[in-house]
Amino acid sequence: MIKFGFAIKTPRSENMDSVSLERFNKLQERVPSFKRCFQCGCCSATCSARQFTDFSIRRIHTSFRRGDYEGLDEALKKCMLCGKCTLVCPRGVNLRSLIINMRQILDEKE
Amino acid sequence: MANRFWNEYQKTIADDHYFYERSCIRQTFFPGSETAFLRMLREELDKDIFDDFRQHTCTGIGYHTDVVPLETTMTVVARLFSLMTEHGYENYVPSCVTSFGVFTEMVHTWQERPDLLEKTRENLYKACKREFNLPKNIAHPSDVIYHFRFELAEKMKYRLVNRFTGKPLKVVEHIGCHYAKIFPDKGVGKAEFPYVLAGMIEAWGGEVVDYPERRHCCGFGFRQYLVQENRGYSVSNTKKKLESMEPYEPDFIVSNCPGCSMFLDRWQYTIAEMEHKTYDREGYGIPVLTYEEMAGLLLGYDPWELGLQIHQVQAERLLDKIGIPYNPKDKYKSADGKILRAPEKPENLLV
Repeated sequence: MIKFGFAIKTPRSENMDSVSLERFNKLQERVPSFKRCFQCGCCSATCSARQFTDFSIRRIHTSFRRGDYEGLDEALKKCMLCGKCTLVCPRGVNLRSLIINMRQILDEKE
Repeated sequence: MANRFWNEYQKTIADDHYFYERSCIRQTFFPGSETAFLRMLREELDKDIFDDFRQHTCTGIGYHTDVVPLETTMTVVARLFSLMTEHGYENYVPSCVTSFGVFTEMVHTWQERPDLLEKTRENLYKACKREFNLPKNIAHPSDVIYHFRFELAEKMKYRLVNRFTGKPLKVVEHIGCHYAKIFPDKGVGKAEFPYVLAGMIEAWGGEVVDYPERRHCCGFGFRQYLVQENRGYSVSNTKKKLESMEPYEPDFIVSNCPGCSMFLDRWQYTIAEMEHKTYDREGYGIPVLTYEEMAGLLLGYDPWELGLQIHQVQAERLLDKIGIPYNPKDKYKSADGKILRAPEKPENLLV
C-alpha cells in the first residue's frame, strides 16, 4: 500500500439513530427527576469517590444517555452511595436512586 | 409570504460587462472550466466579459494560512481592482470561491475602515503608480451562471436525466465555505439555504440530494492540507461527507469551489488506497464536476475539451447515462493532435 504520511481518523460523533435507548428510557421511568439533569457536573465535582478514583457520575450519565454501556457496571461499583451529589444537585436529581437503578438495569437482561 | 421571505436571500448579480479574474489553482485542477465559462458568456449569452492577461494571484491561500499579511493582500487586491478600473469595468467576477471571499472581505473592511482604504491606495500608488475604484458588484461565476440558468437551459442539448430510466439524475451539490459562510448576504440563499447550485440542478432537470452532511466542509481547510501530517484531518472530513451521501447513490457531485472539487475527487483515490473503500456500487467512485463542466456538458461541449480526463474519478459512465457522445481515442489527445501517454491506473479505484 502507498504510504501517504497521514492517517484517516474515525469521527468521535455518535449516530443516535443507530443506538438502542431502551435502558436509558427505563432509567428515566424509574427515576423521573433524572429528566431535570442539565449536566452541570456539580455531582462529579463534589464526589468523594472521584477524589481517589476515576469514577465520574457525569461521564457514566453521558455514556448511559448515548447507549454506550461498556464498562459501566464496573465503574458504578466505585460509588459509595454517600449521597453528597444528591445534596449539591441544583436540579434536585435523586442521584443515589439513579446509581442504584443504573446498576439494576445493567444487571437485567435486555 | 414565502416569496417575500425568500427575497431576503437573493443577491444582486450584474447583467452584463464583467471583469473576469482567473484562479491560480483552477487552471491546473480543471483546465477547461474557465475557458468554458468565458465561452458560455460570450457565445451562448452574448455578454461582455474581459479577461486581462496581466492578472495575478489574490493571495487567498497565503492569506488564509497566515503566510501573507493583511496589508499585502489589500494591496494585491487593489492592483487587481486597478486593472478592472483601467479597462472601465465595474462588475468583478473572480473565478475562485476563496478569491470571492477575499475580495468581499477586503471591500467590507474598507467600508468599515476608510483609513485602511486610504492606506491601501497610498501603498498601491507607491508600489506601481496605479489607482483603482471599488467594484459596484462582485459576483462569483456560479452566481452569473445561476442568474442565466434558464437562458442557458433553452440552449442546452441534454438534460440531467438518466436516459436509460427516464428519471432525474441525483446530484450532490457542495458549496465552498468562503462563498457564503463568511458574508452570508453575499451568497444566493445565504449560508443556511445556499441555492446557487441547487437552482442550476433543478433548472436543468436534475434532483438535488439532501443528505445529512450536506453543509459540512469538504476537508480542504487550507492548514489542514498544507502540512502533510495534518492531511488526516482533511481526508477524514471528506470521508465523513462521502459516507453520508453514499446511501443516496448520487450520480455525481457538483461544486463551485476549486478546493472542494479537488478534494472530493482526489481523496476518493486516497481512501480507496488506504481503506479499499469506494463510494459507488461498482467501485468507480462518484464523479465530481465543476458547475462550468456540468453546464458545458449539457450545452454539448466536448468532454475532453472541458478537461474531464484530468479528474481522478472518470466521467464516462455519467456521460453514458446522460447520453453525451465522446470519442475514447481523443481522451488523451493534446491540443496539437498528439496522442499522449495514458496515466497509470490506480489499484483500488476503477477507471
